[in-house]
Amino acid sequence: MAVIEASALRKSFGATRALDGIDLRLEEGRILGLIGPNGAGKSTAINAILGLTPYQGELRVLGHDPWAARDRLMLDVAFIADVAVLPRWMRVSQALDYVAGVHPRFDRAKAERFLAKTTIGRNSRVRELSKGMVTQLHLALVMAIDARLLVLDEPTLGLDILYRKQFYDALLNDYFDRSRTIIVTTHQVEEIQNVLTDFMFIHRGRIVLTCSMDEFEARYAEVTVHPERLEAARALQPIHERQVFGRSTLLFERIDRQQLQQLGEVRTPGIADVFIAVLGSP
Amino acid sequence: MATHDSAAIPDRTPGPQASGSPTVGPVPLSPARLFYWSVARELWESRYIYVVPLIVAGVFLLAFGLGISQHSFASRGGGGRAPLPAAIMMQEGFHFAALVLMGAYLIVAVIYCLGALHNERQERSILFWKSLPVSDLTTVMAKAAIPLLVLPLITFMVIAVTHGIMLLVASAVLLAAGGDVAALWSVPLLSIWAQVLYHLVSVHALYYAPFYGWLLLVSGWARRAPFLWAILPIAAVMIIERLVFSTTVFAHVLLSRLAGGPVALPFPGSRHMPMQAPTLANVGAFMVSPGLWIGLAVFALLLAAAVRLRRYQGPM
Repeated sequence: MAVIEASALRKSFGATRALDGIDLRLEEGRILGLIGPNGAGKSTAINAILGLTPYQGELRVLGHDPWAARDRLMLDVAFIADVAVLPRWMRVSQALDYVAGVHPRFDRAKAERFLAKTTIGRNSRVRELSKGMVTQLHLALVMAIDARLLVLDEPTLGLDILYRKQFYDALLNDYFDRSRTIIVTTHQVEEIQNVLTDFMFIHRGRIVLTCSMDEFEARYAEVTVHPERLEAARALQPIHERQVFGRSTLLFERIDRQQLQQLGEVRTPGIADVFIAVLGSP
Repeated sequence: MATHDSAAIPDRTPGPQASGSPTVGPVPLSPARLFYWSVARELWESRYIYVVPLIVAGVFLLAFGLGISQHSFASRGGGGRAPLPAAIMMQEGFHFAALVLMGAYLIVAVIYCLGALHNERQERSILFWKSLPVSDLTTVMAKAAIPLLVLPLITFMVIAVTHGIMLLVASAVLLAAGGDVAALWSVPLLSIWAQVLYHLVSVHALYYAPFYGWLLLVSGWARRAPFLWAILPIAAVMIIERLVFSTTVFAHVLLSRLAGGPVALPFPGSRHMPMQAPTLANVGAFMVSPGLWIGLAVFALLLAAAVRLRRYQGPM
């Protein structure tokens, strides 16, 4: 059973088409990265999935129409919008009380265990916490909710690398299992490349490429080519070429690895490099 | 996933065994529980809802204590007219305490309503609230409950406690001056309390409900300066009506509602609204007055609009 099913999903703001016919089917147990430049429609897609914005077209999330049943959907969906949405006046203990009060699937003890590993005081107000600590608190709240779909929209924006790493480690080690599904958008694509099972490029409201990571590794290869082999490499029609430290790095799609190894050093490329290659230079 | 069991499970089955089908899952908590926690969070956020009445009561009691000790000395100097004036003075004092605290209620209610659906958008926390299984209806109802339910109750309790303290202070002062406290205790405090409670619920909560509904709607709609947006359209309607029709019906409707409507028209020259006793006749007349029901209908429309608006609203 698909967690998200969308077909011909559209959303316009005035003359701007934020979503221009999205078709999507996300199965249970996947970690999907939504990747695209600012204004590509990532946030609009996520808002539609969360029931925060109306849309045209078909969309079912865990069998619900999100716009019609946002409160019902939130029993099974958790989301972290970005680092700064926890109410600044709230005390940590109040946040625990409130979520425990309104969410039947919230395991308070689990949230307490997670918080015990941090330096966050129960009596602190959110405004007194650092950005990193607020994220830890939000993550503690969300990870203690037994949700089937977790949506993360730029969850680590503005955090330093230590907290970012902690965030994804906690998510993978303490939270994710095969019965859960995660959607994440981020600008720090490289950091989550090894976390994802699937990714999707969105550009101007359309899905440009959707691909599982297994498929990605089989399909794309990056070669730092020996200078004398450059002409031979170019003959294989790389989809992108760039210079790194004076040497040419070529990106190939669907070319046999054995063949590429003759040309130079072969690696799995970064998602961001493929993104640029697929969309053309920025 | 287990497709074999999904068909047999009714839609409301709780627990993880229901996770095989997307249409079944955990049962939402009872509306009463969601409402309770939603009101609790309003009180956490806006502590002034109960702090302001307490401070006002404290200041009032301080002034009362100072005033009554001076007055008592003066009346002793004037000689021999303590008992009856003391009782009348006490009754006046009780009414004045109620008046002051009801004024605080209205000010707090206006400030609260104007921020209720505005602040959560401004500080972006609306995304957090909306990430939880609480409907927009429950949230807006909980916010409307502050001026309609919580503030009348808090105000009543603070008034009652203030009255009690006033009585004790006055008795102590009078006893110290060698006066007779029996007259003080003959003031019908219970019937004053009944009047206060009835007045709070009938006029300040129910009759004023459309005002609160309007303020809540504006606070959910305005991107900035909700106070101005609350005032300007009303002023505009009044001015346009005056210019186009040369009438002042709208202004009169508003003023009559502010004055408590036909049920509690102020006596000419009165300093404040009279408080009716909650007799069967008074309550009956209030319950069947069209003003009450028209007001509640307007309130319901405004609240429905605020609920609908919150569905579409995100952070600013």
